[in-house]
Amino acid sequence: MLRVRIERSPAPVWMRSLIPLVAILVTFVLTASLILLAGASPLETYRYFFVVPLSSQVSAIEVLVKSTPLLLAGAAVAFAFSAGYWNIGVEGQLYAGAIAAAWLGTMLGGLPRAVAIPIMLVGGFLAGLLWALPPALMKVKIAVDEVVTTLLLNSVMLFVVSALLNGPWRDPISGWPQSPEIAPSSIFPRLIPRSRLHLGFVIAVLVILAIWFILTRTALGLKMRAVGLGQEAARFSGVNVGRTILIAALVSGGIGGLAGVGEVAGIHYHLIEGISPGYGYTGIIIAMLGGLVAPGVGLAALFIGLIDTGSQTVSRALGVPVYLGDVVQAALLLVTLGMLILQHYRIRLASD
Amino acid sequence: MEIFLIGLIAATLRVATPLIFGTLGELFAERAGILNLGIEGTMFFGAFVGFVVGGLTGSLWLGVAAAIVAGMLSGLLMALLSVQLGVNQHVSGLGITLLLTGLSLFGFRLIYGEPRIPPAIDPFSRLAPFGQIRILGPVFEQYALTYIAFALVPIVWWLLYRTSFGLQIRAVGENPEAADAAGVNVFMTRYLALIIGGGLMGVGGAFLSLGQLGAFTYGIIAGRGWVCIALVIFGNWDPFRVLLGALLFGGVSALQLRLQTTGLRLPYETFLALPYLVTILALAIAGRNAAYPAALLKPYKRE
Repeated sequence: MLRVRIERSPAPVWMRSLIPLVAILVTFVLTASLILLAGASPLETYRYFFVVPLSSQVSAIEVLVKSTPLLLAGAAVAFAFSAGYWNIGVEGQLYAGAIAAAWLGTMLGGLPRAVAIPIMLVGGFLAGLLWALPPALMKVKIAVDEVVTTLLLNSVMLFVVSALLNGPWRDPISGWPQSPEIAPSSIFPRLIPRSRLHLGFVIAVLVILAIWFILTRTALGLKMRAVGLGQEAARFSGVNVGRTILIAALVSGGIGGLAGVGEVAGIHYHLIEGISPGYGYTGIIIAMLGGLVAPGVGLAALFIGLIDTGSQTVSRALGVPVYLGDVVQAALLLVTLGMLILQHYRIRLASD
Repeated sequence: MEIFLIGLIAATLRVATPLIFGTLGELFAERAGILNLGIEGTMFFGAFVGFVVGGLTGSLWLGVAAAIVAGMLSGLLMALLSVQLGVNQHVSGLGITLLLTGLSLFGFRLIYGEPRIPPAIDPFSRLAPFGQIRILGPVFEQYALTYIAFALVPIVWWLLYRTSFGLQIRAVGENPEAADAAGVNVFMTRYLALIIGGGLMGVGGAFLSLGQLGAFTYGIIAGRGWVCIALVIFGNWDPFRVLLGALLFGGVSALQLRLQTTGLRLPYETFLALPYLVTILALAIAGRNAAYPAALLKPYKRE
């Protein structure tokens, strides 16, 4: 008699390489019901999601603009996760970088761009690093779970931003909660005239290359991945686990800070409350979809940037609430994670 | 002074209510070995579903029931991912939070559009068992759900420590292999713990939209779920100590509201951030002494 048997053995390579595509298809089928509820055609909606943004040069460039903070947030998360440090605080670290950029940017008026912009970047990196420092130290020194502390510090950071914007930085003329505009010399130059694409995109790509190099080509990267696979084994083979986690956590925070600098110096030119619609959390989706490796993170960030652009178009064109984009991203994450597990199993027909 | 203190105590009980539901829900999950970071989104989803059903049917209790079901479904999804498939618990929990937050916002926009003023309902009214009696009257003038929350603490304790179901939950959270060998269905127990926990989280959210606020806003949960995660550690996974943490957080939150009006020359955000900072400090003090369930975060595979 024939019976269905489920065995633990890796799926064939051709099947595994199809996982991202199958995950996208499954996510579409799952979210189609929501689109129908909103009274739109799923196929038409997905055309707006994935084809329309790429069909004109202007909107294709806008996808890259949207991807800029996502590349950095994804890189920040992936870097920490690689070492098994669950930094959920990239959102707060991003705002720390944005605060530093908004503050430094108003003071660098007299300096040439070539000096001012590096100062902005270093300042933002350090600010993100500093905001990441307390949970990292608590993790390494007194074994306090970093997931909780980094999450709580995100909430604290929102209050810090609100206090600054409603206090010392409130616009004295308009009364708007926004910081003074940064000096022209600290504004990131545009890469393409008449578009919003700015220097931050180049920096984001460089950071992706840098974490690829560190994770795959240096002793530090090797140690980080060893710690990520298992702290006991890493310690046994002579890795200083505490130090490695500390470095991973702080660099991750610094990269998060850079994402904030890019949004202030490249897009808004001042600090506002909604400067990030949750890029730090989207960074977690991107890092996982990218399999915690730099090329994957890069591709995933571009793909999520495409969805972000598309969901705004869909909302304008078809009246489907813009939050469809958030739902698709989160569903894609969960479906992909589930499928990555399923790839370890095979379904066989066997006779008794 | 008397009025100040009584107001403070009454407000503390109110602020603590959603946290008690949330922490008890998280306690179930973690005692069974699953860290459920889906709590923030589950509470948000509960607040949304409770508000919609309560508003559409005109029955607030039906809204609460719907929020429980919504929370249980969220727990089921978490179980499917983390128990059945063995997906990393951090990421599946955060994914569920992002999914349910997006889903709630999507649904809200679909039903209510983009109103200038958030739609409101007639919320639950408070019970006043002691009427106008001095001290007792105002302190006990609370929502029925607040009474239920406090009553649940000893019930959960009894369930966890005095019933065989509770023993099974604790066993699969400490040593699933041994529990399995003793004949406990590890998967089923974890499923149930997550589903019950999710239901509790859903009520916590609905308390805010159907009771305290009488409206649904985008910032309705505002990190309360994360606070619950911290309170469970702070309370060392014990229902009564967790209640103590919730009251402490509620007390600091209630106090900050009152300190704002005393004219202290500090930005009011300092006070808003205070409960979060106190919680982080408490975690640092608890530090290494925290007695994590031994199998927390470890997926169980039957060989």
